[in-house]
Amino acid sequence: MMFVKAFVVGGLLCAIGELLILKTKLTPARILVGYVTGGVVLGALGVYKPLVEWAGAGATVPLTGFGYALAKGAMDGVAESGLLGAFTGGITATAGGVAAAIFFGYLCAVIFKPKTKT
Amino acid sequence: MSKRVGEGTVELTSRPWAAAWSSTAGKKEHKGPLGGSFDFTLDDDLLGQKTWELAEAAMLRDTAIRCLDKVGLKPEDADVLLSGDLINQIMAAHFCARELGIPMLGLYSACSTMSEALAVGGILADSGAVRRAVCAVSSHFSTAERQYRTPLEQGGQRPASAQWTVTGAGATLVCGRDWLPEGVKPAAALRYATIGRVVDYAVRDMANMGAVMAPAAADTLARHLLDVGRTADDYDEIITGDLGKVGRELMLELLKEKGVKVDPSRVWDCGANIFSPEQDTHAGGSGCGCSAAVLNGYVLGRFAKGEVRRAAFMATGALLNATSVLQGETIPGVAHLVVLERERG
Amino acid sequence: MNSWKTKRQLDIERRYQTLVERFTPNHSLAMNIARAFLWGGAICTLGQCVSEIGKVYLGLDQAGTSAFTAIVMVFLGAFLTGIGQYDRIGKHAGAGSIVPITGFANSIVSAAMEFRREGLVLGIGARMFIIAGPVLVYGVGASVIVGLAAYVVSLF
Repeated sequence: MMFVKAFVVGGLLCAIGELLILKTKLTPARILVGYVTGGVVLGALGVYKPLVEWAGAGATVPLTGFGYALAKGAMDGVAESGLLGAFTGGITATAGGVAAAIFFGYLCAVIFKPKTKT
Repeated sequence: MSKRVGEGTVELTSRPWAAAWSSTAGKKEHKGPLGGSFDFTLDDDLLGQKTWELAEAAMLRDTAIRCLDKVGLKPEDADVLLSGDLINQIMAAHFCARELGIPMLGLYSACSTMSEALAVGGILADSGAVRRAVCAVSSHFSTAERQYRTPLEQGGQRPASAQWTVTGAGATLVCGRDWLPEGVKPAAALRYATIGRVVDYAVRDMANMGAVMAPAAADTLARHLLDVGRTADDYDEIITGDLGKVGRELMLELLKEKGVKVDPSRVWDCGANIFSPEQDTHAGGSGCGCSAAVLNGYVLGRFAKGEVRRAAFMATGALLNATSVLQGETIPGVAHLVVLERERG
Repeated sequence: MNSWKTKRQLDIERRYQTLVERFTPNHSLAMNIARAFLWGGAICTLGQCVSEIGKVYLGLDQAGTSAFTAIVMVFLGAFLTGIGQYDRIGKHAGAGSIVPITGFANSIVSAAMEFRREGLVLGIGARMFIIAGPVLVYGVGASVIVGLAAYVVSLF
């Protein structure tokens, strides 16, 4: 059941992104920025958490989930270590994904070559 | 001697020759409807080079050499190289010139560089300032994408109005009347050059270059016809550069508004015809190599066979600048036109 | 710089705008949204599988599971980008492959690969984040604001 919910919620979040691209001519970079910022805001307002609990990866895998993790991390950080946590919490919570992207990105750049599209 | 006609057209009174021509195209272009007309197809679009940029320079160099070679000339037999491409500071053209050793004038008017080169080459050869000019222009999909758009491996969709930068190059040898190599049959003579105005109708969409260029194309064509006192029907064909399907329609509409009568069946666009619809390029091909390769393959080839006698070749350029677009400026366009005529006999 | 524009020019621009809209084609909306939905849904379902593996088989706690899922999904996006498949998926999926975290990975890896030829430091190092950089700037920036707000609230 969790898989179906993940599929539907994840699919819907992507479908909204596609609608935005087609209707507003926003570039993918702007869509990504909008999604992550939206996720932070929704996370801070406590709206996104129920969605994560309900749909699992359907809510955490899209970039709004990345934003949610940042906001949650910052708030948890403040609860644990006060003002310092506001600065350390967000990055700590998302460090895995970001470090992985840097590491694998570097590795791929060294191993693979970009190919012309046909 | 060159003579000004009307407001902005140069008549090349001695009618310099388009004496030799050569074209190179990538694999995808070769699979298109005009594939058979290119002299040379690239198996590897990196051409064994280290970078895409060096590959484009090598393609341009080889195309220029093949063009000269066809009429038994060497680079030292040419007095000037008129060359340009799309890479910042026209790198491919400069790196090609570095190897050829021909004195060089670098040209840039985005995708209208081929007709700009022919206009400048025609005027120089007509005036006697040079004996022979090599006009060579290129573009490469992979150098253009990384400079203007996104990394090659980034996933995403291209809008329906987007065009596909052609990997290709074209070179024309323009000779003064008295400087045709012996035994050479030229394809056509250069008769007029109408230099384009930079026209900006406030288009901002980087994925709709046809819309950027159409106003410049309509402006240049209308001014040309007025200057030389001809109608569009005086030309067998009016060949535009890379307006694509969207831009072609827009240009025809703008000409209608200007009251210029044009029979649409005589007007065809290199970009709209270089790929077939199945190749999924959306609005067609673009890039200065698009009109350059089509002119120096399909068009001059048909001139040589006598299938075309008089054509206006108008390459069109979107003067896109990565910085100005980010700063919110609109994109200007330009179109230069040259008239090619085959003499009787 | 706009001072060159006469009223006539502005009129022309306005009229041309409507002409351009009339002649510019658009992709089919329903078709593309459906594809984005299916691909996006599929990628998230895969993410759910990864997360179940982390939770059930590796016995990770909640924070560990989400980090594990992010790392594995980023790896998959990076690998598919490296072997030249992610851009082909992207052509069909559109936002379906941009919005998931695999798309975030794709934007970093494709940039790193593209600028490899400009060197290890100024190529890969400097340009890796040309697309994904803004995501971190705005995401992290916003999270600090949220943290500060939470701190202020906690004072009362």
